[in-house]
Amino acid sequence: MSEITFTLDGTPQRASAGMTIAAALFSIGVRSWRTTRVNGSPRGLFCGMGACYDCLITVNGQPNIRACLVAVNDGDVVLRQKGTGHE
Amino acid sequence: MTVIKASEFPMKTADVIVIGAGIVGACCAHYLSQAGLRVAIIDRGNVASGTTGAGEGNILVSDKEPGPELQLALLARKLWFELIGEFGVLAEIEPKGGVVVASTQQSLQHLFTLAETQSDSGVITQRLTANELQDLEPHIAPDLAGGVYYPQDMQTQPMLAAAHLIARGVASGMIERLTATEVVGFLQGADGALIGVRTRHEDVHAPWVVNAAGTWSGDIAALAGVHLPIHPRRGFILVTEPLPPMVNHKVYSAEYVANVASDNEGLETSAVIEGTRGGTVLIGSSRERVGFDRTLDWRIVQRLATQAIQIFPFLRHVQLLRTYGGFRPYCPDHVPVIGPDPRVPGLVHASGHEGAGVGLATATGQLIAQAVTGSPTDVPLAPFRPERFEVEHV
Repeated sequence: MSEITFTLDGTPQRASAGMTIAAALFSIGVRSWRTTRVNGSPRGLFCGMGACYDCLITVNGQPNIRACLVAVNDGDVVLRQKGTGHE
Repeated sequence: MTVIKASEFPMKTADVIVIGAGIVGACCAHYLSQAGLRVAIIDRGNVASGTTGAGEGNILVSDKEPGPELQLALLARKLWFELIGEFGVLAEIEPKGGVVVASTQQSLQHLFTLAETQSDSGVITQRLTANELQDLEPHIAPDLAGGVYYPQDMQTQPMLAAAHLIARGVASGMIERLTATEVVGFLQGADGALIGVRTRHEDVHAPWVVNAAGTWSGDIAALAGVHLPIHPRRGFILVTEPLPPMVNHKVYSAEYVANVASDNEGLETSAVIEGTRGGTVLIGSSRERVGFDRTLDWRIVQRLATQAIQIFPFLRHVQLLRTYGGFRPYCPDHVPVIGPDPRVPGLVHASGHEGAGVGLATATGQLIAQAVTGSPTDVPLAPFRPERFEVEHV
């Protein structure tokens, strides 16, 4: 399986091509990548199938991407997200 | 009337039965209990599980043309404002004001004319130039012709409002909540008078029955043997991802008023945009007569999104999270049905508010309580009388 490289908060990371962003983060031991708007509580993968909107993350400048649905691509710039991701 | 003689069926009693635990039923129960009456509120689903749970929470005076419904809306607005002190935060009641926008000089002139007649009826209006529009809504499209500001327009989260109104009456012992309980017929006493309803579980006896079943109130009326022409008018709402505050007021296009008043059965859309306390932006509104079909039509999503972007261009780069839809209780003459039904003494209707049920709910509840207790009503009930369709029906 071919390998790709992406960055998480600026740090280069490796993943297998075809993985979702959530799978790529799990494979490097990251379980939480967002904090909530009101209380700043940690969030990560919950339903894993696109329904719950808990696993939101910022990818290539676009906030609120569902990490469980989007495949990671070579060169992706992934940022942990705070709140709405728009502030 | 479905004649069911009182029997040995399990039985409970109340002063008034309210059928329907949406916002209209909740307000009826609230004002009836405030008048000292014990209320049993019955719903085959849960609280706010019908149209109340599918709306935007509009409390508008701006979209009503002068007439009885506008007088009702002004009374309702006053009563909603009074509720702020009691549970404004819990029910997210916000007196945020409304802004109606026009994209062309011609539609702006029509809007100004409407505002002038509304102002003669007691609505506070303020004309807005394109620049003044920008001051009120900094993210609005720069190419709009202008608009009108309606400071009395408000918003609530209708599911919370219905739930808190009912819960408070339950806590004080004045309201009994019977959800997951379907009414299957009306009960007649030996002399033929209405004495209550039968549900799937038990009989409930009361001298008054309020039909607040919204889009399904025609079926309840039929159980009582009377004709009430209430039909579903479908609408969808789009929900965006949560954002920092971007839309300050209820903002909608001048075409909305014309669409609300239209008799067209085909699809009509006009942009209604508002922020919520949760951060999501709600985008409505569509109208069509397609029965109770819930199938999502992507053309509607596309049209609503396109119209919203014309008013707030930043929305182009915002993601939609989901859509939801429901069925407004549509009355052929666009006027709600409120008051005692002379065809069945003891039966009272509170229905047919179409898309204005949340806004008009407080006034409706107040008028029903006044009618049931024999008090003078705050506005005349004649325009809302339930038997007005009888001639057309025959």
